Amino acid sequence: MSVIQVQTPGLLTTVQDLGREGFGPLGVSPSGAADPISLRIGNRLVANPEGAAGLEMTLLGGTFSFADGAILALTGSDFGATLDGTVVDPWTSIEVRPGQTLSVGPALSGARCYLCVHGGTAVKPFLGSASTHILSGLGGFEGRPLRKGDVLHIGSATGSFRERTITSQARDRLAPRQALRVTPGPQSSWFSESSLRSFYAATYRVGEQSNRMGLRLEGALVTQSPGGEMITEGVSLGAVQVTHGGLPIILFVEQQTTGGYPKIANVISADIHCVGQLRPRDEIRFEQVTLETARSLLVEQEKLLASAELILE
Amino acid sequence: MTDGARFQPASDQSLLVYFGEKITLDSHQRVRQLLRLLELEPIPGVRNLHPAYCSLLLSFDVLRLSHDELEIILGRYLGRLEDVRLPGPRRVEIPVSYGGEFGPDLDDVATTCGITPDQVIALHSSVTYVAYFLGFVPGFAYLGELPDALATSRLATPRRSVPPGSVGIAGKQTGVYPFATPGGWRLIGRTPIAMFRPDRSGMSFVSIGDMVRFNPISRAQFAALENS
Repeated sequence: MSVIQVQTPGLLTTVQDLGREGFGPLGVSPSGAADPISLRIGNRLVANPEGAAGLEMTLLGGTFSFADGAILALTGSDFGATLDGTVVDPWTSIEVRPGQTLSVGPALSGARCYLCVHGGTAVKPFLGSASTHILSGLGGFEGRPLRKGDVLHIGSATGSFRERTITSQARDRLAPRQALRVTPGPQSSWFSESSLRSFYAATYRVGEQSNRMGLRLEGALVTQSPGGEMITEGVSLGAVQVTHGGLPIILFVEQQTTGGYPKIANVISADIHCVGQLRPRDEIRFEQVTLETARSLLVEQEKLLASAELILE
Repeated sequence: MTDGARFQPASDQSLLVYFGEKITLDSHQRVRQLLRLLELEPIPGVRNLHPAYCSLLLSFDVLRLSHDELEIILGRYLGRLEDVRLPGPRRVEIPVSYGGEFGPDLDDVATTCGITPDQVIALHSSVTYVAYFLGFVPGFAYLGELPDALATSRLATPRRSVPPGSVGIAGKQTGVYPFATPGGWRLIGRTPIAMFRPDRSGMSFVSIGDMVRFNPISRAQFAALENS
């Protein structure tokens, strides 16, 4: 079996797939790739099923050696990677010869880069998924971010190498947006007109204490109208909750499954991958759309992802 | 409105079903009945369920279902809730060593409530709690209701990391932190029991609907249980 040897792990590198759905009643959130579109495309570039497990790197990539060689692709943000010193094009599959070393650097833009290998990263699934849930130490590789010296197995791979890349038009259309589109949250009516206006007019800065659980935002305070008393309820991916202090938090892939703060808005499904590319100090805005618009944006996005023209061979 | 339930879109891929706007055992029973029915007869396209005190959040595949379609299907489920039989409650006992380093807020709680630490322990372990739901993190059971005499506010600044097994109280709720997570509940003790173990049948030590009691134990018993 081929392996990936971790020489240096980078800042925060975890095994992720598209997450585990269906365990909300146990308090288990789906987890999964923070930028699922990049993982899906990365897998297609190396002829894997879209949901195969890959490595998610955050802000600073790692160094990995491949004693038996591999076919791999890097997607997501450009982390300036090299293979034995030669620049590696992102969003393009490459063949690694036995003994070669891949060095992934710091993010040139965005926050997350995905390493997908042909055959997928093989870990023991937990509740049907390879995703790491960092907070609870479950899933992925021993339930934790990778460390120096870790050896990960690559799943059985049968295909031969073909260079694949994605069209630049598709890359442009899927590029992360700084204006996140949202639909009204379940408690949006608890906020006054002026609070809602200021929320949608404001530019928010992503706080330093942001992670896969949630992104803390800094900027205009949003105040709740008096009256509503919140009872803890289920929260959805991308919910924008407002704490007592008046600052919004975007709940993300490793979110708490229930919460007791009112939600003013919710990032639409088609823009969730943009949240995964935000880093501390990035500036964002919110743009309200209807449920119908959110739905048609997702349909359009899925059509693009499924189109034959997406991948060039 | 269907059978007193109210629908509210939570996002483009999720829908909340509210059974009333107050925590009551009656509304909670209906949450459990709907959860049970949805587990027995899953709706194609529904991906996840999040029960809570008096609501259930359903997340679904937007490409397969719309909010309107889901509301119509749920309307039929809600009409059948009365026929849904729930399993009888399990009785679960959680051993707790109170105070000291395990319960750093015990003395503060006693002072705030105007009673002694021993009375806090006696009150906390005198009640049978209902496990309303599991949420927040894997295996965290929201237990209620705490005796009125122990009702306290959350910490102004949540701890960055609460040790696993910590027993906390907040408002009229109590619960055990299964993992080292941030937490704003006041900590009064700790259990040696692992609240969530992937290798155990059912995984979570407490399940929704369980009747839960806390049993005070000594430090020596804590150590013995921890090693067993």
